[in-house]
Amino acid sequence: MTTQVLTYLFVGASFLLYIGIAIWSRAGSTKDFYVAGGGVHPVMNGMATAADWMSAASFISMAGIISFMGRDGSVYLMGWTGGYVLLALLLAPYLRKFGRFTVPDFIGERYYSKTARIVAVICLIFISFTYVAGQMRGVGIVFSRYLEVDVSTGVIIGMAVVFMYAVLGGMKGITYTQVAQYCVLIFAYMVPAIFISIMITDNPIPQLGFGSEVNDGSGLSVLQKLDSVLIDLGFNAYTAGTKSTIDVFAITAALMFGTAGLPHVLVRFFTVPKVSDARLSAGYALVFIAILYTTAPAVASFARLNLVDTIHNSSYEQAPQWFSNWEQTGLVSWEDKNADGIMHYSAGSENEVKVDRDIMVLANPEIANLPGWVIALVAAGGVAAALSTAAGLLLVISSAISHDVLKQTLMPNISEKQELLFARLAAAVAVCVAGLFGIYPPAFVAQVVAFAFGLAAASLFPALLLGIFYKPMNKEGAITGMLAGLIFTFSYIVYFKFISPQLNTTEHWLFGISPEGIGSIGMLLNIICALGVSKITRPPPLEVQNLVDDIRIPGGAGVAHQH
Amino acid sequence: MSNRSDHHQEISEQNLTGYWQSNLRLLAKLLTVWFLVSFGCGVVLADWLDQYSLFGFKLGFWFAQQGAIYAFVALIFIYAWQMKILERKFGVDDDKERSS
Repeated sequence: MTTQVLTYLFVGASFLLYIGIAIWSRAGSTKDFYVAGGGVHPVMNGMATAADWMSAASFISMAGIISFMGRDGSVYLMGWTGGYVLLALLLAPYLRKFGRFTVPDFIGERYYSKTARIVAVICLIFISFTYVAGQMRGVGIVFSRYLEVDVSTGVIIGMAVVFMYAVLGGMKGITYTQVAQYCVLIFAYMVPAIFISIMITDNPIPQLGFGSEVNDGSGLSVLQKLDSVLIDLGFNAYTAGTKSTIDVFAITAALMFGTAGLPHVLVRFFTVPKVSDARLSAGYALVFIAILYTTAPAVASFARLNLVDTIHNSSYEQAPQWFSNWEQTGLVSWEDKNADGIMHYSAGSENEVKVDRDIMVLANPEIANLPGWVIALVAAGGVAAALSTAAGLLLVISSAISHDVLKQTLMPNISEKQELLFARLAAAVAVCVAGLFGIYPPAFVAQVVAFAFGLAAASLFPALLLGIFYKPMNKEGAITGMLAGLIFTFSYIVYFKFISPQLNTTEHWLFGISPEGIGSIGMLLNIICALGVSKITRPPPLEVQNLVDDIRIPGGAGVAHQH
Repeated sequence: MSNRSDHHQEISEQNLTGYWQSNLRLLAKLLTVWFLVSFGCGVVLADWLDQYSLFGFKLGFWFAQQGAIYAFVALIFIYAWQMKILERKFGVDDDKERSS
């Protein structure tokens, strides 16, 4: 069987599985739709959280980014995992005890204010749509390369599948589909990683492999060889960083606090039966995430070494098959500047080869000459990663609209049946908008990823943290803080990314912190404003103080209740 | 909104304060470790740690790309385990609730 037939089989079979699960787990009530009935086992929820969290960016792009950034790429590894510690210790158990349906629900009730709820909804929609657009691009890339269909057709097929299980099943359908998607994506990630680790170092564990000796008899370890090869070609050493310490510090912090404030991750902890399950579940989620996140830096170093070995100083005539396969997608290209028919890869102006970071994972099995079924598996894994995250994001968008905007603010008199109908309609509209983003990707998608984390860190995270740990925090303080953090971070990013991109260099940055890391300053600003304003305004009413006492005690969580 | 269930009215005010103070102390300890393994060993001290080596990695590099992540996983499970002990000690656990 050819690789292409295998790919159709693998991707098709995974789609059938997801649709089957969707039909089996239809949502019957708003509680099913928003929080999967509140009865998801912590291990299952951990897997679903991991699939929800690991997007097309984690699966397809992250190893590639690290591959080209070397040590500087560590910010993503620490930032996107360290946030789970904050989530498990500071937020998840308390939000579970609160036991409503959405993140704006907590903000609205804790700060006894419709304004606070709507500010939270705006933050949530902005963060989530930014994210969804990226997922759709991932689906498009996988479809166009592996199934050789048009990107638009690929996006429409993907959206149709998400539509099936998100609109029918809500959180319940999404949760059980994500469990299946996690299994597909982690298997698809690990198999090629283990193969390549054995090929290069004879060590079957990639996490140890990239510290082991290369089996070419040179006696050098993978990282030592990579350092010396890259320095010879004029690049920086792989294990040496180029970013300043303060910037690395700020970016890591913004990613960590942003992770803990992402609504589509937080809402997953509303679905477990009780408070102690929320803590355990965050631990399981991080185990499942860590399997991929500790493998990614190994894949990154193997892929870079492999790339240099196969491309540099080899003749274009004898270029391997994968090179021409990927040339068609425009993700690799070669320009024969000195007309010698030989490909030169280096840091300087004489470089002739352009390589997009996204192919480091997708093309890796081909670069390493792995069998066709491994390639097909990676395609199915990439689609699973993109779809699972897209579905989770679409759900928080639709529940914010149907629950927070309609039921809680504009149309308080609608029945549960009507609310469920509106939730399904909102999910359907959100799926279509996300599909349009995929077919007509806005040019700024890649530019605004920093937005999602920076804004979550600067707006939602402090409001949640202070709401739980600082009882005197009142609505005036929280709203001022959220707006201050949001506006500051938003303006800083817009200024350096869109208004004056030519000034986007270290000497113009505030304290030497790049737009990617500015969310951490936005967060401090939020906390300072919130504390200052709460000191000079009226303390929260007694029933809100009682609510805070109540969420601090694990006993009596009950089930997520209707109000 | 004041839906304090009967369950806690049986718990004394003293136990509630004791439980919360112990929780905060535990959080302070674990978050210190969280800060040290990531921002400490992985960022600020990383260049200095690179002179040592572990499993063939420079130590600072290993913390930034591997070690910090393992420590994060351990921290969450230690927290879940210690909190269970604290909650039983102060009688605020959720053991009797619908189990998963």
